[in-house]
Amino acid sequence: MHPFAYTRVSDVATAVEEVASDPGSEFLAGGTTEVDMLRVGVARPRRVVDINALPISRIEEGDGGVRLGGLARMSDVAAHPVVRERYPVLAQALEKGASPQLRNMATIGGNLMQRVRCAYFRDGGAACNKRVPGSGCAAVGGVNRGHAVLGTSEHCIAAHPSDAAVALTALDAVVRLRGPDGERSVPVDDFFLLPGDTPEREHPVGHGELITAVDVPPVPAARTSVYLKVRDRESYEFALASAAVVLRVEDGMVAEARIGLGGVATKPWRAREAEGALVGAPAEGASYELAAVREMQGAVPRGMNAFKVELAERTVVRALHMAAERQGGAR
Amino acid sequence: MSTVPQETRAAQTGRPMDRADARAKVTGAARYSAEYAPPGTVHAVLVGAEIAAGEVTGIDAQEALRSDGVLAVLSHLNLPPLAAEPHLLPSLAGASASGQSFFPMRDARVHYAGQPVAMVVADTLERAGHAASLLRIGYRGEPHVTTLEEGREHSYEPERIFAGFMPGRMGRGDVEAGLAEADVVVDAVHRMSANHHNPIETAAATAHWEDGRLTVHDSTQGPTATRLTVAELLGIPPSQVRVVATAVGGSFGSKAMIWAHPTLAAMAARHVRAPVKLSVTREQMFTACGHREEQEQRITVGARRDGTLTAIRHHKLSPTSPFDDWAEPSLEMPARMYACPNHEGVYRLFRANTMTPAFMRAPGEASGMFALETAMDELASQLGIDPVDLRLRNHSDTDPTSGLPWSSKGLRECYERGAQMFGWHDRDPVPGTRTDGHWLVGTGMASAVYPVYQAMNPQRARVRLHADGRAVAETACAEFGTGVGAVMRQVAAAALGIDAEQVEARYGDTDLPTTVAAVGSAGSGAISAAVHTAATALREQMVERAVADPDSPLHGADPARVEVAGGRMFVRDGGGESYTDLLRRHMMFDAEALGSWDPPGSDAGFAAATFGAQFAEVGVDPDLGLVRVRRMLGVFAPGRVLNAKTARSQLMGGMLWGLGHALLEATRMDPDSGRWANASMGDYLLPVNADAPEVRVEFAEVEDRMVNPLGVKGVGEVGVVGASAAIANAVHHATGRRFRDLPITVEAVLGRG
Repeated sequence: MHPFAYTRVSDVATAVEEVASDPGSEFLAGGTTEVDMLRVGVARPRRVVDINALPISRIEEGDGGVRLGGLARMSDVAAHPVVRERYPVLAQALEKGASPQLRNMATIGGNLMQRVRCAYFRDGGAACNKRVPGSGCAAVGGVNRGHAVLGTSEHCIAAHPSDAAVALTALDAVVRLRGPDGERSVPVDDFFLLPGDTPEREHPVGHGELITAVDVPPVPAARTSVYLKVRDRESYEFALASAAVVLRVEDGMVAEARIGLGGVATKPWRAREAEGALVGAPAEGASYELAAVREMQGAVPRGMNAFKVELAERTVVRALHMAAERQGGAR
Repeated sequence: MSTVPQETRAAQTGRPMDRADARAKVTGAARYSAEYAPPGTVHAVLVGAEIAAGEVTGIDAQEALRSDGVLAVLSHLNLPPLAAEPHLLPSLAGASASGQSFFPMRDARVHYAGQPVAMVVADTLERAGHAASLLRIGYRGEPHVTTLEEGREHSYEPERIFAGFMPGRMGRGDVEAGLAEADVVVDAVHRMSANHHNPIETAAATAHWEDGRLTVHDSTQGPTATRLTVAELLGIPPSQVRVVATAVGGSFGSKAMIWAHPTLAAMAARHVRAPVKLSVTREQMFTACGHREEQEQRITVGARRDGTLTAIRHHKLSPTSPFDDWAEPSLEMPARMYACPNHEGVYRLFRANTMTPAFMRAPGEASGMFALETAMDELASQLGIDPVDLRLRNHSDTDPTSGLPWSSKGLRECYERGAQMFGWHDRDPVPGTRTDGHWLVGTGMASAVYPVYQAMNPQRARVRLHADGRAVAETACAEFGTGVGAVMRQVAAAALGIDAEQVEARYGDTDLPTTVAAVGSAGSGAISAAVHTAATALREQMVERAVADPDSPLHGADPARVEVAGGRMFVRDGGGESYTDLLRRHMMFDAEALGSWDPPGSDAGFAAATFGAQFAEVGVDPDLGLVRVRRMLGVFAPGRVLNAKTARSQLMGGMLWGLGHALLEATRMDPDSGRWANASMGDYLLPVNADAPEVRVEFAEVEDRMVNPLGVKGVGEVGVVGASAAIANAVHHATGRRFRDLPITVEAVLGRG
């Protein structure tokens, strides 16, 4: 482990100031990714600024929506009655992520900022453009069973690991940031960048900008939403494919569809092609399949992850059926 | 021989009893090898080679040596020479037991990625790790071979495998003729991924020199093996090496052999003149303690229309290291499973840039029986014979390889009890007929078998009885989660006629009487025999003292008629007295006896193995590629069960291990770099609690009078064997599709594997 200094702060302004003024400083929240990164030598800050004491961990009910403090713990968000009632897709995504111990530590802001699970990214001996820009991508021709098929480039194919962010993407959540120049908001879909030829750049965030909250807007149809996660084992594993689905059916036709995809893309993936194909179509298997296939048309498989194209399609179809059933049951 | 009535003994042995170390381990009080810190302890970290083949061209340690707290950087440039060549020998032999015929940092050559090329010693672990990252190591890479595809063309037939213990080729009868006689032939190729053990406690050693005497706290299955290996490599008398392993956090074979790190810790400690702690990281566990090799098995099984087997041809291809001819013995037990007159087993190896593979729970039996039992299931389908019935038709009352009688078997009862408990006979044999929502549901079964290995030298224990009525049983053996501590208490208690709660077990220290490494499921047999022998000798000593004592109510009694129970010696319908009374009257605070048991040799005139039957029910979601196990049942005949609780736990753990073997466990090689690509617990998948179905373990009782005094055949590994085949056969029953490669992945079920 590279030596580093440690500071603890208790208010947001100081936290932002401490990090913004020092290129070698980084925020430390729950630490569930950051400490790993320190251990394997991928993160090499001069100093970490512990922000766990900042007063930004509340979960507040808004006008039909909810505001999640940047330091709200995954377990607290998943257990919150408003979240469970209005956004079951988010509660389910959170509960299917990590383990209870990790969820008790990990924060919502940290969840959005977590680093990819690509083994080559974490292995200092391997080529990785995200870790060392220009060094190449060992995953493209390597062991890439878990890697992305959507949103990739020749420079990086690492899948984004978050479940919660997939649900938040489907819900059009907004990330609130506080930086040295004040506050601003970024829609969650814009908060994640595609790797392109700069895979080292993952978010449109300046150094020292801090996630103070994530606002989830009112989405009435989300009350019957569904998160389906497909993985090798039953628990404690990242998704091979996952789908967050909000579906509203009226008179047998799809009136509203919001779909997020996880495990198959380089960012939490908003499946707009599939949504476009669904709205106005009959709420039935044939429409779901057509929509799923259309979304995955742009997929680029690379060897071991070829199965993910079909798996993602089937995951979307199954999740749409589940959401339709839930809505039917809720009526 | 015995003066203890069977029912008294049964009251102590056999009953469920908590592990001796349970509370200490779950409360964190247990101290593991890396948790000992003699005054002045410093830390060593290993640096592994980044290339898979070639040589180290230079090590620039200047920056590392300038780093805070750094005491030394050791490498091939300055590591002192060894006193002896490391020589691969299974630890069951009771001698020095290097895991491979190679010791790192003796020259510049790199044989495999992760091979230690440098060791940094510093005052804290963090500083040692940081300094290690500052080393600038130059390499000259050469082409490497790490996968079956790369090595297939260069394979050879070894004369012997498994450290010389087994022949590279075996056979009986005429396989060609047997296959020609067959009405049905199944011919299939099975591919199985490499596996790594990954116990919770990573390997670690703390070494401490004091007046020329070395103490090593080592995480090992065999403290004696560590002592003999380290002493031999360093050229010091074994009597000057003490090895302590009081708490070991799991092993599964990864600590069955003695790898380089305890010796390296001792070398580093000598170099810096301070105690040194060397802990292997989780990532390094993938290149430090062996593994189950990737392998391909081709099996050809012929049978007559009535199901009688006519021939089995079983060939295996697998990578070994540049220095040893190692293959796990996959072909041995499948050759001995069924009455089949014609058999041929052939191993082929190729030299690969990996370390020497090692024992991994049911080494060979798990993989070989997967191939055989999958083929048997296929044969049953083709012949239209029930899978249990097919196996019964080929049951062998003697060992088909040697012709010797089995010491005990019990397999028919395992099949029958299992089939009845599982509800096997209600099964519709037609695949793909049962559904539950999105799930296709299927059931499968397989045979289980694991040999009874014997130690090759005397096994010793000491039992001491205190005048306060309490006793202590001692052996050098390690308790790494098997329950041997509880078993020692129970066996000593049974022989002395006292409660097991009154007995303390001491173990994990070479200062205690010598036992062999607890490997090959032989631990409970060897250790119970030693403790039983010692406790019986102590009892006889007490009885003899009593009958010779004019003040004893037992004076003049025939020792053979004296019974013991409840801490008392007595004759039926007569008088008696307690051990306490006798000892106090004789001014003795305690009494003790050593026991030494000589295991039967290989010429003892019988064959021995533990048999069982495995049943599994799975659900398969064919759209999403998911396989989930719904229930498992294993019925085993392990001879005497010394502790129903720990034996059941061992077997259950084995069956869940088989679940991982079937569905999850795979170490994946990156062919470009020659490095394991998923060397972490996040990427190497093991079953978690949510994957564990209802698992039932049942015993079929058999009495074995041959293997050891208590008739114990071992439960550590047989639970694994056949479990993966039962699951794969159930997947076939659910889907109608045959999966021959392990693990059975999502992509395989989707048909995209």
